[in-house]
Amino acid sequence: QENTDPHRTAFLLRKQWTLYSVTPLYKFYNSNLRDYARLLSAFIAAEKQKGLAVEVGVELDLKVAVSSIPDLKGSDRDEAAILVQLSSRSRASPKNSEEKLVWSGCFCCVFGDHLSENVSDDFTYLPLFLVNGAESYTSIVGMWFQKTFDCCFRRLAINPLNLSWMAAMWTGCKVDKTTSAVELVFSVPCLPYPLDISYAIHPEDAKALWDTVQKTPGEITQEEVDVFMDCLYSHFHRHFKIRLSATKLVKVSTAVASAHSDGIIKFLQSKYLTGVLMLLTELAISQIQ
Amino acid sequence: MQPRRRSEPPKEQVPQKTQTDLSAWRKGRKSAPEKSIPSHWSPNRQKNDSTQDALEDALSYFEKVQDRVSLKKNSALQKHLATVESIALQRGLPPEAFDVLLKVALSGKLADTVNTQLLKSLVPASVIPETSVVSSVSLLCTGKCSDSTQLLFLRWLITMFDFIDRKEQLHALYGFFFSILQDEKMCPYICHLLYLLTRKESVKPFRIRKLLDLQAKVGLQSHLQALLSLYKLFSPELVTIALPRKMKSYFKNSDGPWKAAIIAVRRRNQENTPVLQPLVLGTTQPQSRKRKWNAQVIIPASSTNRNTLEEDGEKKHVNLYRMNESFPLEHLQTFPQLLRNIHRLEFPSQMGSVLTNPLLLHYMNCIKDESIYLRLYYWMGQTLQEECTWCVADNSQYEEEFKDFLETVYKTECFLQEGFSSCEEFLYKSLPLWDGFCCRPQVLRLVSWIPLSSFSEMKSHLYDPLAQLFFTSSLYFKCSVLQSLRELLQNWLNWHMIHSDSESDTQAHSLNTTLSGLVNMVAELIHFVGWISTVALRLENNPTFLLYFILDFYEIVCDMYLRYNLPLLILPPAGVFYPALLSMDSVSLDQLCYIMYRYRSNLVAAKENELSKKKILQFKFSSQTYQEYNQYIVAMVGCLWTSSAFQKDTHPQGLRMGDELLKKTAVQEFKSSFNIVYHPAMMGYALLFLKQAWPDDTTFNFSLIKGKKWNWYLEYLYAQGLKGLKVFIESSINRVSQASHSKAQNAQE
Repeated sequence: QENTDPHRTAFLLRKQWTLYSVTPLYKFYNSNLRDYARLLSAFIAAEKQKGLAVEVGVELDLKVAVSSIPDLKGSDRDEAAILVQLSSRSRASPKNSEEKLVWSGCFCCVFGDHLSENVSDDFTYLPLFLVNGAESYTSIVGMWFQKTFDCCFRRLAINPLNLSWMAAMWTGCKVDKTTSAVELVFSVPCLPYPLDISYAIHPEDAKALWDTVQKTPGEITQEEVDVFMDCLYSHFHRHFKIRLSATKLVKVSTAVASAHSDGIIKFLQSKYLTGVLMLLTELAISQIQ
Repeated sequence: MQPRRRSEPPKEQVPQKTQTDLSAWRKGRKSAPEKSIPSHWSPNRQKNDSTQDALEDALSYFEKVQDRVSLKKNSALQKHLATVESIALQRGLPPEAFDVLLKVALSGKLADTVNTQLLKSLVPASVIPETSVVSSVSLLCTGKCSDSTQLLFLRWLITMFDFIDRKEQLHALYGFFFSILQDEKMCPYICHLLYLLTRKESVKPFRIRKLLDLQAKVGLQSHLQALLSLYKLFSPELVTIALPRKMKSYFKNSDGPWKAAIIAVRRRNQENTPVLQPLVLGTTQPQSRKRKWNAQVIIPASSTNRNTLEEDGEKKHVNLYRMNESFPLEHLQTFPQLLRNIHRLEFPSQMGSVLTNPLLLHYMNCIKDESIYLRLYYWMGQTLQEECTWCVADNSQYEEEFKDFLETVYKTECFLQEGFSSCEEFLYKSLPLWDGFCCRPQVLRLVSWIPLSSFSEMKSHLYDPLAQLFFTSSLYFKCSVLQSLRELLQNWLNWHMIHSDSESDTQAHSLNTTLSGLVNMVAELIHFVGWISTVALRLENNPTFLLYFILDFYEIVCDMYLRYNLPLLILPPAGVFYPALLSMDSVSLDQLCYIMYRYRSNLVAAKENELSKKKILQFKFSSQTYQEYNQYIVAMVGCLWTSSAFQKDTHPQGLRMGDELLKKTAVQEFKSSFNIVYHPAMMGYALLFLKQAWPDDTTFNFSLIKGKKWNWYLEYLYAQGLKGLKVFIESSINRVSQASHSKAQNAQE
């Protein structure tokens, strides 16, 4: 983690990322990134104007950049992350026009090295795919990757169990400035209308509770997570007579990051970026195996 | 085939490619009928000869014809034109005719109507020589013929493309055809022709630019799209195109005037004409409806893996070489093609597409590359999980699609004769959630291909969820489960057979460890089936239908030692054996007899091997197996033959009963009530036998069946198809000496 340059990974912060799991890319070579960009840009143009052929390599309205981010990984055995960026440029003044970033997608693997053990070199293991931008671009870029590297994308939902882990872990993290509350959102099932319950706790109170629950620092058990959540539930029950254990945890927001069960995440602290990505990598791996 | 051909005119001797002059072709024609065709067909033959002469005359006329002969005034032209037309439409023209006729039709010597008529008559009997096509293309350049004739010629060329004997020189004319693209009227036809001619090396950057300029000028045109998509196929690093989904055909139907004639001629000369193959663009695939972009249940179309870039300087040569070598999958249509090109095939860019391509499955069978299976594993695993209709909430509307997908996966497994580990994992994950109803046949079929590789976890992952469903579901479901478990057993045993054969003796040690694992796994399956069968027979009250599926399973089990070389024999539990023995149905009884006969053969063979000690036996059957078998055989012989089951049966769950108890039943002759005459499953036969043997006796005195009649009755039963009973009695009951025979009779009386 120490060798991670915060500037190279800052683009991930304070944006909403939609999560996908990706199976290993077949015959993907880091040496060909520029060619991939050219092919992908022509592919996008061809998909947008179905039926019209597009020459590969010409200047198009949409610029595609495919780059490698060697800083974004856990151990040396992880593959370097791959960033795909689409930016639009206006036709009117092609020379000095500003490029506007419209979509970005990032393939990464943080401490997911056990996945690539004893498998052939033809595969590149980047199981976690984060997307920020319009779904229409996601689908075109995804299609191109599926066709070109024989991989499969799946939305990565986060189940309540993992969300409660996140709530506990992130509550315990030290953050320089205590800015935002710990907020848990619960959805009440089996109602004719949607009903969400938001439960906000002062971050210091939450941390104090967690510190009493956690036995060994640096180590978390399922039992501790359960105790932590049960304490929060009983506190809530005492005040509102609502049993949150009967509802479904759908969102967790802390100063470190926020995560929604639909598979949407927002990173807020560059210090804990690697840690959060590691957890997400683990979830992605469990989905593709 | 044969009768239909007789009704038609005698088969023609079609000229070989090597015969180049007309006289040789004629000679070939003349000599052939004398050899092969009966004499009563000779009038026909003479007629053929005369038409042949007429065609020769016509050809020599057209060869010498002068400028501008009017059709109306010239009866000779009329006559020869008619000759050519009638022969062409009836049986096609010989290769030599094309040179002459194409020349005259394109030279502008004759009126357009004549040219049109001639071109329309150019139907080949076998092949069209390339040289005649090349020379007519050169005539096209001279501009002597009219636009409409040029167009018709192009359409003819497109239709007849597959009949041209060689195409090397025609390929050399690629640039010439390309230059005519500018012509607005000809453009669609030229595109079609180029589509047929285009090879990897024809795709050049300047041509792509030309086509793109043309596209910018004329807009969306299906013929341009088709050609461009072919260019994309060969050089995706230069051009790309996304074809609209709804497109049906890319070229206008150009084979109009010749289609019927070609079909008629082909029917006559069946073996010799190349098959016209429809043009298929492998790049698109009709989709039933719009779905998520990452929906994977739609199996991708096979398309060549073009994920090798050719741009970067040094790598260029290597890759170019390889690219030219490889054979595009889009062109792979037949098995012979596969054989010819097997050394230069590449797997498709998306492995999932092999599922619907039997040729690629053949190829896959030959290539043992781990990455193939890994790609397939990932794709299939994700697809099964993502599309599973009972695990994912919103998927229920796609049940039909998912069914089809499971069906395809199952068929692939059957084809490859091996199960996919991704399927196995899917079953383990999804069976606990399965309702036993959704996609039932498909799921149960997939169960039968669970691979033998993993030795643990079968109980918790497969047997427990399956048992739960089994006990709570219908009779029909129970039978289906038994059937698929039977297939599972069979597949495992086949796998064992193949792999024990291929492994050499040097690997004996590793084989032994796997063998013990295998034996344990098979034993676990058999015990599981024995258990659920016992319970099911109780639950369902012993229906014959269920019993049939259970005994069907044991037909494999009883023969594992001899047929599959597996040192394991497990007898059915009493809960299966006794219901079958006392079944009301002769089919079940007969099946049981056969099974017990096979157990005997296997056990005897095992004993002999053990005694002779030819091999060092790692495994031998425990004495308990023999003891169990003997208990069953005593019960069976006691029931069916010696009428002593109630006394001699020693099985703890057997038929042994005290005399006092039996007397209380108030059944007379209870001893014999399960022998082959009185057994409820057999009584029908005994009755029919009595009717035949004593037609006048109406008292149905079953005790008449004894002594010699007993033997007759046995013969009668065998003749009724009770083969299992026959082999059982012949093997397990000692009837060699007359003494034992009469002893049996005594017991009978």
